[in-house]
Amino acid sequence: MTLAGLTIHALHDKLVSGEVSAMALTEAVLTRLAAVEERLHAYITVTPELARQQAAAADEAFARGEVRSPLQGIPLAIKDNICTQGVRTTCASRILANFTPPYDATVIQCLRSAGAVFVGKANMDEFGMGSSSETSYFGPTRNPWNLGYIPGGSSGGPAAAVAADTCIAALGSDTGGSIRQPAAMTGVTGLKPTYGRVSRFGLVAFASSLEQIGPLTKDVRDAALLLQVIAGHDVHDSTSGNASVPDYTQTLERGVQGLKLGVPREYFIAGMDAEVEQAVRAGIETLRELGAALVDVSLPHTRYAVATYYILANAEASSNLARYDGVRYGVRTTQATNLLDMYMHTRAEGFGAEVKRRIMLGTYALSAGYYDAYYKKAQQLRTLFRQDFHQAFTQCDALLAPVSPTAAFRLGERLDDPLQMYLADVFTIPVNLAGLPAMSIPCGFTRQQLPIGLQVIAPPFHETTLLQIAAAFEAATDFHTHKPPLSMGCDA
Amino acid sequence: MLISDAQVEHVARLARLALSVEEKQRFTEQLNAILRYMEQLNEVHTEGVEPTAHVLDLVNVLRDDTMHQTLNADTALANAPETAHHFFVVPRVVE
Repeated sequence: MTLAGLTIHALHDKLVSGEVSAMALTEAVLTRLAAVEERLHAYITVTPELARQQAAAADEAFARGEVRSPLQGIPLAIKDNICTQGVRTTCASRILANFTPPYDATVIQCLRSAGAVFVGKANMDEFGMGSSSETSYFGPTRNPWNLGYIPGGSSGGPAAAVAADTCIAALGSDTGGSIRQPAAMTGVTGLKPTYGRVSRFGLVAFASSLEQIGPLTKDVRDAALLLQVIAGHDVHDSTSGNASVPDYTQTLERGVQGLKLGVPREYFIAGMDAEVEQAVRAGIETLRELGAALVDVSLPHTRYAVATYYILANAEASSNLARYDGVRYGVRTTQATNLLDMYMHTRAEGFGAEVKRRIMLGTYALSAGYYDAYYKKAQQLRTLFRQDFHQAFTQCDALLAPVSPTAAFRLGERLDDPLQMYLADVFTIPVNLAGLPAMSIPCGFTRQQLPIGLQVIAPPFHETTLLQIAAAFEAATDFHTHKPPLSMGCDA
Repeated sequence: MLISDAQVEHVARLARLALSVEEKQRFTEQLNAILRYMEQLNEVHTEGVEPTAHVLDLVNVLRDDTMHQTLNADTALANAPETAHHFFVVPRVVE
C-alpha cells in the first residue's frame, strides 16, 4: 500500500522514527491526487504549495525532536465551509467564489498549532444544503466506489478524498447527517461530535443550532486523534461547551463487554433497502457476539424528524444567509442600479436552486402568520426528540442504527425531487435535533460493492463511548480496510 | 394549495431573491409538496411543550469587556466588491 493509503497513527510512527518524511508523505498524497482527482472532483481548491511549506516545517520540527501532536506532518482535506486564512473558502457557492477569509476558523488554528498539512479545500453541497454533493456550484463529487454514483453529502468531498487516499483524513461538518451519511456511502469513518464540543467559530453558518465540525478518517483511532486536536471550549463561540476534554484514545481497547446497546425499532422501517438492513443487523449481531447486551428501545417521534428538521434548519438558514448582500464580500451583480435591485439580483445570481428553495421555505416558516404553525411547532417537536433520546438512554449506554436507508444512489437520480432527497436523512437528523454525538463506521457492502454504514449514537459528551463501541467493532471486522476501485461499476 | 403564486412572490421579496417566472412556478409546486409533507406535524400534540431553541444549558455567556485586536480596515474591506476611502460602496440610496 502507498503512504497515502495509511492511517494517521501508522504514519505518525513512521514520521517519528524518521522512516518517512512529512515531505515524502505530502508528495505521495499529491501524486495520488494528480492521478485521480480529475475523475473524482473531491476538491474545490488544491493547495500544493501551502502543503509543501507545512510539510517542510513539520520535518524541521521532527528534526529538532519536536513532536507537537499525532497530526504533525499529516496531510488533511478541509471542507470548503471552514474558513482558512489566505485560502479561498467558497461553501461551494457562486456567491463566495472569490472569498478569501481574513481569519482562520478555530479548528484550523488548532490544526496549524498541531503541525498538520493542508492539501486543499474539499467539495460539498452548496452551503451544506444537500445529501449528495450535487448542489455544488463547482460540479459534483463522484463516489470512489463507483463513479456513476454520488458520494453522499454534504461533506461528499472530504469523504471521497479520505476514501480515495487523496488525503489522510479530513474535517467535515454535520448539520443533519453531513458527516455520517457521506462517510457511510464512501466506506470511511465519520464522527459528529456533541453540539458544543467543537468550536463553530469560522464555520460558515447554515443552521447554527444544529451543526458541528467533525473528523472523517480511515479508522476509529484516527477519528479519536483528530477529535482530540479540535475539541474544547472556545471563547469565540458562545455555544461552545465547558466540559473538560477527555483522552479520546482511552476507551479504544476496552471492548463492549458489559455495555447495553439500544436498537431503536423505529429505525428499521418499511422501504429501507434490504441489503442495508441486512448489513446493519449483522453489524449489531457482531457487537452482541463481542459481549454487548442488546436492548429494544423506542424513539417514537422518529417519523417526524424530516419535517421538524427542514423547518428549523431552513428557518435558521434563511436568517444566516441574509448576510450575502453583495456589499461586504462575495460576488455582486452588475445588473442593478438601485440598492434593492442589487440585493435581489446579487442573491438570484449567487445562489443555486437548492439554496433558494431553502431560503424560501425558511422565510415562509418565519413570516408573519405562519411562525407558530411551523417554527414554534418544530421547536416543540425538538423538545420531544430530546425526551425520546433521554428516555432511551435510561435503558442503554448507546444506540445502534442504520445511517441511511439506502446505499449511495446514482448521480442525478434525486436532484429534481427535493422531498425524496430530504427523506434520505431520516436516521441522521434526530441526532442533530438533540445535539448528540454519533458515528458512522463501515459495516458492509451491497452486491454492487457500495459501502454501508452502521451508526452509533451516545448521550451528550460521551464521545468516548462511541469510540469504544466503534473500535471494538472495527477490531472484529475488516470492512474499513477495503479500498475503492475508482472506476465505473459493471452496471454503470 | 398551501402557498399561492402571490405568496411565493411575497416571500421571495422578503428573502430578497429575484426569481424568474420559471423559478416561481417550480418553487410554488415544490414548496407546496414540501409544506404538505410538513402538515404531518399537526398530528403531534404539543400543547404545553416548551420549545427548544438550543440544546445546551448555557445562558448569558459573557466575556470581560476588554480591548483586543480585531481586523483592521484594509483587511475587513479586502473582499468587498467595491470600496472607496475606507468605506463599502453601494448604489445610491438617497436621491
